[in-house]
Amino acid sequence: MKIIADTSKCVGAGQCVLTEPALFDQSEDDGTIIVLNATPEGELVEKAREAVHVCPGQALSLEE
Amino acid sequence: MTTTEKHEFPMARTCPFAPPPAYEEIREEEPVSRVGLPDGGWAWVISRHEDVRTVLNDRRFSADRQHPDFPALVEGEAASRRPDEERFLIAMDPPEHGPARKAVLGEFTVRRLEALRPRIQEIVDGQIDALLAGPRPGDLVDSLSLPVPSLVICEMLGVPYTDHEFFQENTVKVIKQSTPPEERWAAMEAIQGYMADLIAEKEKNPPDDLLGRQIVKLRADGTYRRTALAGMGLLLLVAGHETTANMISLSTVAFLRNPEQLAMIKADPGRTLDAVEEMLRYFTIIDVATARLCVEDIEVGGQLIRAGEGVLALGHAANRDPRAFENPNELDIERGARHHVAFGFGPHQCLGQNLARMELQIVFDTLFRRVPGLELAMDVDELPFKDDANIYGLYQLPVTW
Repeated sequence: MKIIADTSKCVGAGQCVLTEPALFDQSEDDGTIIVLNATPEGELVEKAREAVHVCPGQALSLEE
Repeated sequence: MTTTEKHEFPMARTCPFAPPPAYEEIREEEPVSRVGLPDGGWAWVISRHEDVRTVLNDRRFSADRQHPDFPALVEGEAASRRPDEERFLIAMDPPEHGPARKAVLGEFTVRRLEALRPRIQEIVDGQIDALLAGPRPGDLVDSLSLPVPSLVICEMLGVPYTDHEFFQENTVKVIKQSTPPEERWAAMEAIQGYMADLIAEKEKNPPDDLLGRQIVKLRADGTYRRTALAGMGLLLLVAGHETTANMISLSTVAFLRNPEQLAMIKADPGRTLDAVEEMLRYFTIIDVATARLCVEDIEVGGQLIRAGEGVLALGHAANRDPRAFENPNELDIERGARHHVAFGFGPHQCLGQNLARMELQIVFDTLFRRVPGLELAMDVDELPFKDDANIYGLYQLPVTW
């Protein structure tokens, strides 16, 4: 699995960071998404799916 | 009302713990349907979870509430619009919206807010000390629900808390549906004037608070304008006052009515964040913030919506949609409710949502730990719920312990 982030769609709501801080962070400047680990494994796979589901800008997608 | 509009909007709740009954009928029978508006116009209501998310994340639906055709939810609202005036963040569209939101987003990142946690805890503890030291029964709205978010947002912005009564009074006028338009406008102008004066003072030697840092940052970008920052400050102040306060009051009632759910968070405070999400879903205290104006023909839920038509994306109907939440009318803190739309969706999703989450989490963990014998001092049926406000909640919440 690979996490794809379209930063142009990111609205900086931080929902991905709340879901899993091991996978995502936010720019301190404008809140935009930073992917810390684009290829999650194990338990983090489910967290990645949840982050995609709750993302308000639908900026996240998965390549499986 | 023409024959094509079966319902009038806004609709009142008939039970404090449920959306207006017609929401379910609309969602199940005609999920994209017309409703009559107070000024004689009409709009499309969007009531299914998936459709609400679609509308709120599609730029073909404009948030420009100063546009003459934007759906007016209060009588006389359209006439009081000033299309030439500065737009608040919530009324901006691209390309204006993105940069304006991003300029302030750095203040609301998860990491940044986490640094505020100890101070918020201190504020909550202080208010609970005062509640416990006061008479029984006490009013939870006065002692906890309102002061916690007010103190937090005042400190963040750098607004003297001694002035909070002034803007609290004016905020109530802004959100009450029955406020005459000219009075509503005067209240808005009063808070905006206050904010502009405060910012003018901060310009001289910008302090290390949100408004001061914005002055420095926007000046460096070459985009600083006092009126724009005053609008942002006003929005944060108003939004930071009434919303979280009402969620604290309503959720407290819900916890006390559902002791088995309360027992779960008392046994394991790690569950409080899930409980907060479920409370947000269950109460969805704002529906009216998600009106939009369609600017290009688009089909939603099988219905063609044309440019120039108004749309109301009903968050509360979406949050009770059985397609998205099993047994939606039940309060269940373990359901995993994070995909609710109580904070909206899309580019305008609530800026302060993670601050609200943190405040609610700290309040509930602390309140039920420190006041384990908390109970209502009035029958639920007699509690003064805000049936007449655009943000649902409680005027008072008498409690004892």
